[in-house]
Amino acid sequence: MSKLLEIKNLTTQFFTSAGTVQAVDEVSFDIEEGETVAVVGESGCGKSVSALSILRLIPWPPGKIVGGSIHFMGRDLLEVSDDEIRKIRGREISMVFQEPMTSLNPVLSIGMQLTETMEHHLGLSASKAQERAVELLTMVGISEPERRLSQFPHHLSGGMRQRVMIALALSCEPKLIIADEPTTALDVTIQAQILELMKDLTRQLGVSLIVITHNLGVVARYADRVNVMYAGKMIEMGNAQQIYHDPHHPYTLGLLASVPRMDQPRGNRLLPIDGQPPDLTRLDEGCAFRPRCRFAIDRCTGEIPVLEDVGDAHTAACWRQSEIRDLRMAS
Amino acid sequence: MSATPVSGQSTVDSSGAASSFVEIRNLKMHFPVTQGTVYQKTVAHVKAVDGVSFNIAKGETLGLVGESGCGKTTIGRCILQLESASDGEILFSGEDLTQLNQKELGPIRQKIQVIFQDPYSSLNPRMKIGSMLQEPMRVHGIIKDAGERQARVKELLSVCGLDPRFADRYPHEMSGGQRQRVGIARALALNPEFIICDEAVSALDVSIQAQVINLLEDLREEFNLTYLFIAHDLSVVRHISNRVAVMYLGKLVELADGDELFDNPKHPYTQALLNAVPIPDPKVEGERHHEVIKGEVPSPMNPPSGCVFHPRCPLAVDSCRTSVPEFREVASGHRVACTEI
Repeated sequence: MSKLLEIKNLTTQFFTSAGTVQAVDEVSFDIEEGETVAVVGESGCGKSVSALSILRLIPWPPGKIVGGSIHFMGRDLLEVSDDEIRKIRGREISMVFQEPMTSLNPVLSIGMQLTETMEHHLGLSASKAQERAVELLTMVGISEPERRLSQFPHHLSGGMRQRVMIALALSCEPKLIIADEPTTALDVTIQAQILELMKDLTRQLGVSLIVITHNLGVVARYADRVNVMYAGKMIEMGNAQQIYHDPHHPYTLGLLASVPRMDQPRGNRLLPIDGQPPDLTRLDEGCAFRPRCRFAIDRCTGEIPVLEDVGDAHTAACWRQSEIRDLRMAS
Repeated sequence: MSATPVSGQSTVDSSGAASSFVEIRNLKMHFPVTQGTVYQKTVAHVKAVDGVSFNIAKGETLGLVGESGCGKTTIGRCILQLESASDGEILFSGEDLTQLNQKELGPIRQKIQVIFQDPYSSLNPRMKIGSMLQEPMRVHGIIKDAGERQARVKELLSVCGLDPRFADRYPHEMSGGQRQRVGIARALALNPEFIICDEAVSALDVSIQAQVINLLEDLREEFNLTYLFIAHDLSVVRHISNRVAVMYLGKLVELADGDELFDNPKHPYTQALLNAVPIPDPKVEGERHHEVIKGEVPSPMNPPSGCVFHPRCPLAVDSCRTSVPEFREVASGHRVACTEI
């Protein structure tokens, strides 16, 4: 497999009245062709901002990408012109957002929204685009596709709207889809339908997928590789097995211990992570997780840990990663 | 002790009290749908809750699960008397709340409290945390002295794991997890016996959610509380509940002991629901068989005839389209509304 997307030292900041928010801080990761990568973390950890940065969708003011590079098929997306990036958005890289009601245009019919993109990017004629729109709706499992074309988003249920979003994302046969919390607003049975659909379609069409989510169950079921973020930094990266069964960062460990599991009987107490996530305007010289970390030592106060190899394509940013297995056993 | 089934729906223990601290009998909540601006006429009813019966024992946590629009929140609101039920009985310590007037309800409202989902919209942004916690005590006149009330506020805050100095803060100065703790402290202010937790941890991040779940469990032990835990997250419900009820389109489809329901689900809807929940473990997920249930929940304004689940049910037979399945006991304490199992 070859690299489709290569993000290096991406840094995005928001300049607010309360100070500069380090939303994404020197984040690097790659996406290979055809794979599904999950970016996980809690609210405010920078997972959505890093995804929006890929397509340069950060609103200025207050946000700005201040450093790094994003290489996609031989080009640096941070260097190309506005015209160029507009040709890439929706054509080669498309997005599926969390809230299908607010990301579809409420005053345009479903058909209009689907055909507009294809006419613009692929130069299809109106009738060809119409034909293809029907095909797409059928592919995402929407019944009576011809009739749906003239309907508006408010006619559809949440699950159906998300199917339309997926059809829209697939319409120009992109190389990469970025899905930002694609099923968070949906019920579990509908969530399962949408995720299975996305999995089948991305495999079938060979599309790479970045899934941004806080749901560790969804990640376990669908992701090939997992990137864990905390306070704007990537703190652990590896394949799903490594992250879930051999976590090397205390935050990853803490996250896994705090999720209740449906396959385990009642009775064992959850082990939450103490304290609150830090204020991103007031980060200091040390590891951002230090105040909540059970294993923090003096070194964590003065030096920010960097990602180091802990296994085959598995990295973690913790000064005590070499001892973590023993610490885990002891606690 | 003999058990007497009441109209095929609820099993009432003949000795009464102990097993039925809270008892819901054949509860119905039908909201009228009106048309016209001046002369409004009712054109249909949304059957949000349609004949639900269950009971909750003292000190027990009953989990109530189901997808959006199934009526689980409406049940909570009916118990709190925020909605007046269309039909049925709501017995609290043997007293039917639907028959009481506002004055008689006063002292009972102290005993039944609620924790809402959204810690952002359920706290008044213009009130300090301290006065927010004092208000219920003032309204119900349980602590008359202002100094004592302040002391009680400090106590409540520390019970809920907050610094007592938070009494002088406003909600916007706190994080989501801290606000939810304030919501819990407010529910505890009147020494309630029964708390309805309506999606109480759904808006929180996992690491904070675990803190709040542990707090709710500790408080239950400490104050001998009874919870109705309404949620859509089945993993959380399994963790916290003694018994679990599953709702679909205004009706209960299954009710059993927590571990029994999750290990041995009988109703095809419960099975589909459990199957849809991903488990945070790639090894387990790799071995699971993922069968996705087709279709979507129909409108409660025009629910399907017979068994409301039949259009999506893999086991449905002809009779499911016409006859409403009885909510029958298939094993001790395990009740299911399905004829095909």
